[in-house]
This record gives sequence, structure tokens and C-alpha cells, in this order.
Amino acid sequence: MNLTAIKAIYIFEMTRFFRTLLQSFVSPVLSTSLYFVVFGAAIGSRIETVEGVSYGAFIVPGLIMLSVMTQSTANASFGIYFPKFIGTIYELLSAPVSFVEIMIGYVGAAASKALLVGLIILGTAFVFVDLNIAHPVAMIAFLLMTCFSFSLLGFIIGIWAKNFEQLQLIPLLVITPLVFLGGSFYSISMLPPVWQTITMFNPVVYLISGFRWAFFGEAEVSIGLSLLAIALFTGACIAVIGWIFKTGYRLKS
Amino acid sequence: MSAIVSAKDVTKIYEGGFHALKAVSLDIEQGEILALLGPNGAGKTTLISVICGMVNATSGSISVGGHDIVDDFRGARSLIGLVPQELSLEPFEKVINSVSFSRGLFGKPRDDAHIEKILRQLSLWDKKDARVKELSGGMKRRVLIAKALSHEPRVLFLDEPTAGVDVELRKDMWEIVRGLRADGVTIILTTHYIEEAEAIADRVGVINDGEILLVKDKAELMAQMGRKELIIELQDPITEVPAALGAYDLVIGKDGQSLEYAYDTRGERTGITALLSDLAAQGLVLKDVSTSQSSLEDIFVGLVGDAA
Repeated sequence: MNLTAIKAIYIFEMTRFFRTLLQSFVSPVLSTSLYFVVFGAAIGSRIETVEGVSYGAFIVPGLIMLSVMTQSTANASFGIYFPKFIGTIYELLSAPVSFVEIMIGYVGAAASKALLVGLIILGTAFVFVDLNIAHPVAMIAFLLMTCFSFSLLGFIIGIWAKNFEQLQLIPLLVITPLVFLGGSFYSISMLPPVWQTITMFNPVVYLISGFRWAFFGEAEVSIGLSLLAIALFTGACIAVIGWIFKTGYRLKS
Repeated sequence: MSAIVSAKDVTKIYEGGFHALKAVSLDIEQGEILALLGPNGAGKTTLISVICGMVNATSGSISVGGHDIVDDFRGARSLIGLVPQELSLEPFEKVINSVSFSRGLFGKPRDDAHIEKILRQLSLWDKKDARVKELSGGMKRRVLIAKALSHEPRVLFLDEPTAGVDVELRKDMWEIVRGLRADGVTIILTTHYIEEAEAIADRVGVINDGEILLVKDKAELMAQMGRKELIIELQDPITEVPAALGAYDLVIGKDGQSLEYAYDTRGERTGITALLSDLAAQGLVLKDVSTSQSSLEDIFVGLVGDAA
């Protein structure tokens, strides 16, 4: 294992993150605050409680998940796409590093950034609503697993993308709708029965449900199913990345 | 001397069927400077890319310092430094971070003194905290060289290092290259500037259409292939070559003031003595005599032209 190289990639990526502080930190915090104001304060004041939790508090796990998933995907996909775009990928390919080490460096950095953003949003949430976290350790664990699995997905997208349009395509057309329809802002039980069934095919439902359980001790689907969903998703991403590395797909001609 | 880079029957067929390398075999000796000459699309960059790991060969094998580039890619690649043709650099990064990153990527422990030495050598020390995007093209080229040298390679590939580079940098670069060679670093460069290959290389390889046409000691190549030209300036202009001198294939120069005689230095007899005495016999008065040797460029154009 070339640990020095992993460290070099990780630090290089994190430097980029802190260089674009405004974009990296301020924008997620601002947009989350807007969600709190609009959904929590304005609309939420007309809603009594959802699943026995005040609406403002109820949306906190979903909001964090929304940001963490989009941030992980965006960070990791951009992280590996950018060297391809500007040509500096030559250095990664000609260095004595394996693909696995490259992946650990990029995915590790992307996940760290997303984790930081998630924690900052959590901190912001405390400003707006009263929160009691029922299972803090499980909450952090769910957060970490989500950061890593979606960073893996982002890494795949970044390698697959041939241009900036493709880079935006999957996050925009797939991830954002899945997250919004995954119960970020509502309880699945509020939907008509047909939609409840359809929603069960959305993997994000299981992540948000598990995460919400960590906060409030109540879940819409069993916690075991949530863990299984994350494990399956992570496994699928690792399998695809393994295939990419084996074939050099869109990395080496 | 032993080969530090050894390529055997390396073939590369790109997706779409382009045959970039056709069974290329090449041994690069430890400590030499090898210049690879060839027109655009000849396969120079593909060959370098295969050796360095950016492109997979379709068939054939390569070892660097005894390490197979596939089975023991870590061993092979840790010996190699690469300065690519394109100015590919992360634009928003500071110069020093970009260079330190390269060292880390190659698994070498941090060494600020070494980085400083390289940056000073390349006149980049003043710019160490500048963002890469603020630099001129020549400066970016220096950063690329610094990145390649940051991890102390034993084999350095310079892919068209002087394309679009000012005279000063070119001078600096050759000074560094000579310094590296003195330290035992093997250097492989591709260039369009034949005079550079001529000035700096120990051996010259000519590659065209995916095939290595020849690899020769530069001096030997020039001696073997070198045709010389004798230029005889005349006191009085002439309009045609006297019939008695017909056997020499003389060409009348501009204004009829000179005669040009081409001869082969490899020949047993160059015919110069006979020509001069025959000129005198024809009553032609000589003003001056000079010779010129064909450059690598002439040799190169001749070779590539023949192959086409």
C-alpha cells in the first residue's frame, strides 16, 4: 500500500475544498437555513406533528441526508473528473499507485467533505429547532455509511462522464428526485397506498428512514432493512469500481 | 552499460483500429540521452505513454530497471519521471503544493530541501506561492519539469519539452538535462527540433508510422549518413559547367559565382583532389573553398521520405 500517495491525494483534494470555502460550506448552510425557514417555520407552523415529532425537527434528518448525498456525489464525481478534464490524470496513471489507492484518496476526501457539511447542517438545525438525538452513535454511523457509499457512486459517475453535462446528469435526474421522493420532507405513511408501494422501490427511503430512527427512535421501515439497503448499495458500487479498475474503463486506452 | 528500459515487440492498436505502434523493440541504455525523432503521429507519445502506464500495450512487454511495467508497476514507475507534452496542471493550486503533491504521489517522504533545490534550479522559487493559472506558458512548463524531478527519477521522459518554449528556458532545460545525466539519470526526449537532438543526445532514434527505423549513436549516424558538400567560389562567373568536368555532377550556384560538389564521406575516395586539379586545368580561378556537412534534419527527412 502506497500510504504516502493516498495521503497526498487526500490532502490535495481537501485543500481544494478549503480553497472554495464559500461554495463548500456557506452554500449548503444557507440553503438548509432556507429550508428551515420555509418548511419548518412557515409551513411547519400549520402542521402539528409528524410521527409524534414537530415538523421542524422531523425534516432535519431528511435535510442532512439530502445535502450529504448530493455533496458526496458531487465532490467525488468532480474530484476524479477534473483531472480527466484538465489532463492531470496522466500523473495518477503514471505514478506507482494502484487504482484502489487512487479511489481511497478521492472517495475518502469526498466523504470527509460531505461529513463536515452534514455536521455543519446538524449544528445549524439546533439553532432553528429543539432536537434530541435518540441514538447518537447510530446517527454518526448512518451518516458515515451514506457519505462513503454516495462518494463511491460519485467516483463512478466521474470516471464515466465524458463532459460536464454528463457529470451533472445523474445527480440532477436521478439522485435529487430520489432524495426528494424518499421522504425527506414527509412521512411515507402520508402518501396514498399506491405511492407507498412505489416508494418502497426507492433505495433512499431506507437510508432516510434509518437515519430518522437514529434521531427519534421511530422508523418507517425496519432498521435491519435500512442496513441491508446501504450494504447492497455500497456493494454494488464497489463491484462496478472493481470492474472499472480491471478494465481501465475510460481511464486507460 | 546495460539497458534500463527494454521494450520487446510492443504493439498498440487503438480502439477504432489505428495501429500506433508496430512491434517496437528498443533498448535504452542506463545513463544515456536518447532523442526520439519523428513526425506528428509517428508513435512517439504512444510509446512513452505505454512505458509510463497511461496506455495499455496491445501486445509485447516492457521492463524498466528490471521491473515489468505490468506485473511490477510500482517498481517500474517509481523509477520514472514524465514531463508530458501538454501543459496539464491543476490551475488553482499553488506551485509548491503541486510539486510536493507529485513527490507524495510517488510515495516519497516529504523533503522540503529537495523541493526547494529543484524550484531554485528552475527559477521557480520566487513563484512558489503563485497559483499555476497565473503563470506564463514557459513557467508552466518549468512546473511540469519540477513535478517530474520532485520524486528523484532514474529515468526521465521529456515529451516535446521545448515546444513553444523561449530561448532562456530551453537553455536552462538543457543545462538541467546535462546535470541529470552527470548524476546518472537516463533521459529520453522527443523533439521536433532536430538541432537539439543533435546538440544534446548520445543516441538518436527515428520513429515513423509506428516503427523504429533506426537507433544509432549520433556521431556514428552522422558519419555514416553524412554527405558533405564542397562549395567552390569562383573568381569569374560561368554560365555552364565545362564539358570536361561532366563526371563530377557539379551544380552551378547562384549568379554563376560558385560550383557545388556533393560527396560521400563514407566513400573510399572523395574525388576532391582530382576535382581541384581538373578545375585548375580548365583555367577556372578559385576564390574560396568551403564544406558543409548535412545535418540530422537532412538525414531525418531522407529516412522518413524513403519510408513513406
